[in-house]
Amino acid sequence: MPGPYATQEALSVDLATESVRTLNQRLHDESEPRHVRVLSPAGRHSIAVGIAAAHDVEIEGHVGYYCAGMNQHATVRVRGNCGVGAAENMMSGTVVIEGSASQSAGASARGGLLVIHGDASARCAISLKGAEIVVRGSVGHMSAFMAQRGALVVCGDAGEALGDSLYEARLYVRGSVSALGADCIEKEMRAEHLQQLTDLLARAGIDDVKAREFRRYGSARTLYHFHVENLGSY
Amino acid sequence: MMLAQLSFRGPDSAGVAFYRDPAPAGWCKISLCCAAGEPDWPALGRELADVFGDCSTPRVRASHAVFLVEGEAEHVQKWLAEHHRELRLMSAGSSIEIYKEAGSPSDFVRRFEIEQIDGSHALGHTRMATESRVSTEHSHPFSTGLDLCLVHNGSLSNHNRLRRNLRREGISFQTDNDSEVAAGYLTWRLREGASLEQALEGCLEDLDGFYTFAVGTSDGFAVLRDPIACKPAVMAETDEWVAIASEYRAIAVLPDAANAATWEPEPGQVYSWGRAPVA
Repeated sequence: MPGPYATQEALSVDLATESVRTLNQRLHDESEPRHVRVLSPAGRHSIAVGIAAAHDVEIEGHVGYYCAGMNQHATVRVRGNCGVGAAENMMSGTVVIEGSASQSAGASARGGLLVIHGDASARCAISLKGAEIVVRGSVGHMSAFMAQRGALVVCGDAGEALGDSLYEARLYVRGSVSALGADCIEKEMRAEHLQQLTDLLARAGIDDVKAREFRRYGSARTLYHFHVENLGSY
Repeated sequence: MMLAQLSFRGPDSAGVAFYRDPAPAGWCKISLCCAAGEPDWPALGRELADVFGDCSTPRVRASHAVFLVEGEAEHVQKWLAEHHRELRLMSAGSSIEIYKEAGSPSDFVRRFEIEQIDGSHALGHTRMATESRVSTEHSHPFSTGLDLCLVHNGSLSNHNRLRRNLRREGISFQTDNDSEVAAGYLTWRLREGASLEQALEGCLEDLDGFYTFAVGTSDGFAVLRDPIACKPAVMAETDEWVAIASEYRAIAVLPDAANAATWEPEPGQVYSWGRAPVA
């Protein structure tokens, strides 16, 4: 393993013999950045939750719910699929999912980068509060529901009600959108957006799609400022 | 093994439907449960043999017994309902057997020796009651007709009205459970001539609430999630097997699961496996 951990041996934790509780406690106790390999995840929940140091965690297989939730500083890579709520409430760092993610991936995440190389199902980026999410595949219905800050990049298609009741998050979709949610509209792709998108795709390691192939969606800003004439829409 | 993985999701009851050992032509297979006491199953077998053409020796598992009876399943069901009110019909058909009971899933698996049973396919459920009380009758799977059964994750909000309407159509219910209403709804639609696929699509219109349904059929199974899809479901398939579960954890115990094609069923879409399960 290159970088700052080169002098330290990788820590290997096999969940067939050790509990998730033990793994997470070790990740919390290690104040110096460590390279950690997690074996036999077998869909267990809450793996690598609440890390607050710049660890480099590699999980070899499919994981269950809330993987890498509340992450700060760490890089967590999942070589498999994720259950509900991957990287929910992430604060910083990077979470990379090589497979697909179930619903509510990146929910409420405040910072950091979440990359999903497969698809994400319903409610991806729900209530997003500042993190950036890049999905190589498609996202399900109600994605970016009530998203407040940050960005969601979808290289495939988006399901029903994209960006419903959206605040100020930026949504970029390359494929089709089944339907936009209430108060979500297509917006002009300006230079600053192309720049952001190019940067996000590069950071996600996606080099086979171009920023100009995307459309941008955002809030029409008619719902979240109260106007009495909108009463019927609330 | 799959049940044990998910027992913490539903610790209060468990049940399974197995599809195995089809009855010979002209015979049917009946699963019965007796909630109280030790019924004289061999005596019931002799009675069934007298009334109908013939009856096998009962295969008894804990509080349940399975009989092969020479005759039409509908006739046997009707006769049992009239003459043995102390017994509850778990399932009827050619190959289906249903075992279910209130209590911890691990006790259930041990008492019923579930791991000794084999079959072409099976459907299991562990329950955490939210809408109605914990009893064997409230447990899943629910029979929805010959060789058909239903398990449900979720809750229905219009089940009272729907139950009243279905009773008017002649569908009978054992409990006040919402999932049993979904089973009754499918029974009614199938009785009225709908295909299983049509009956499931009807759920999208007529059921209000949250659900992931799995329906066992004589040679496969079908799956439907409501359009909001709050309730989880994950499917996996290899050349050897196909599986659905609420969580991947349950699938992880299957051989070579890590290399299976794994995905989530789309909301509001009927999926089916088998030679012709929804025809």
